[in-house]
Amino acid sequence: MSQPVSTNVLLTADNLTCIREERVLFDELSFSVNAGDIIQIEGPNGAGKTSLLRILTGLSRPYDGRVCFQNQPIDQVSDEFRQALLYLGHKAGVKPELTAKKNLEVHLTLNGYENADLLAILSEVNLSGFEDSLAGHLSAGQHRRTSLARLWHTNAKIWILDEPFTAIDKRGVEHLENKFLKHADQGGCVILTSHQDLSVIPAERLKTIRLDAQED
Amino acid sequence: MDKSNQLSYCRGFFTVLKRDVAIALRQRGDIFNPLLFFIMVITLFPLGIGPEPNTLARIAPGIIWVAALLSAMLSLERLFKADFNDGTLEQMLLSPQPLTILVLAKVLAHWILTGLPLVLISPLLALLLNLDHQAYLALVLTLLLGTPVLSLLGAIGVALTVGLNKGGVLLSLLILPLYIPILIFATSAIDAAGMSLPYDGQLAIIAAMLAGSLTMAPFAIGAALKVSTN
Repeated sequence: MSQPVSTNVLLTADNLTCIREERVLFDELSFSVNAGDIIQIEGPNGAGKTSLLRILTGLSRPYDGRVCFQNQPIDQVSDEFRQALLYLGHKAGVKPELTAKKNLEVHLTLNGYENADLLAILSEVNLSGFEDSLAGHLSAGQHRRTSLARLWHTNAKIWILDEPFTAIDKRGVEHLENKFLKHADQGGCVILTSHQDLSVIPAERLKTIRLDAQED
Repeated sequence: MDKSNQLSYCRGFFTVLKRDVAIALRQRGDIFNPLLFFIMVITLFPLGIGPEPNTLARIAPGIIWVAALLSAMLSLERLFKADFNDGTLEQMLLSPQPLTILVLAKVLAHWILTGLPLVLISPLLALLLNLDHQAYLALVLTLLLGTPVLSLLGAIGVALTVGLNKGGVLLSLLILPLYIPILIFATSAIDAAGMSLPYDGQLAIIAAMLAGSLTMAPFAIGAALKVSTN
């Protein structure tokens, strides 16, 4: 059972097949994600990017194949895996009836972080002054930033982000990209989907996975 | 940066509970609609049937319980819907906390907001229906034990249908049959109390249903949510 600790493979996709609405989105897709990787998943709308991310997090089950966390299937090590995972879906996971601060606090508490400096974290995503505004009253970008704030206070190594740059301004995108680079340098990995070209992250650091549903 | 990462199930439970109560207090319609429905049904019955005290007292247990059952169904649909739509449900499924604990907190919050007000207001409504004073205690006790079961069993149905756009009809078909045993035992307990007969047996059965659903429903709800978000 004991795997060598030195392997820095965090996540492995093993022959994943996904079928939605009787259409094969991807077939026998295999790849592995190492510590330090930044992976961008590309593809036209409807190619299965979100489906792939949801399968990687364990929210959806693949039609065939499996996902492994440190070489063990994620449903067998689900506790460790969920500790190591931070997922931001394309629904932000922010309650419009609560303030930005409260939203962050609830999320951090559920993930076991206590006594976090909420104001400092929110100022990282440029939400200073909006801490006590209801998330429902914030603009789309600020709403998104409320959920992105979680990236600034986490021990999770695997970040899976679905369209993290939606509604974020240019400077915000640069700030996020720098955050991703720093996270990867510290031994984490980032898997994201985006239709934008990344400007800060150098091309040699970025791996891309292309999904093409229209092949056949 | 030191990020202390200490999982506490208790904290997780109360965080979700407080969050749900805080949200509901901001959207008061969610609390008042089922309560208002409950009150309206019960006040309309005497008007429709006519003010004959004996008839009213005879059918009062049934009316109150049927109204409680329907108002529970009315309030249930919102239990997971908002969380599903804004993505917080996904975050709950992926959080390192056990799903059963978070789900139990949500159901408890739902009961505090919709079940408990019914229990508190029921003596007043029993008065409107000319219910025997002996039956008051039985009514409050059956509601106190029975409404949490309604929330717990109902949550299984909601969890199964949360991904559907129009799950309302399916939800009623799924959970109404499960509510019938509670209705039967609760009304028979109140009837027995009205005739000064012992009703411990019926209460014990409702309590058993509560114990059973309290221990098992959270697992079923968790599993159903996982299927619905797949």
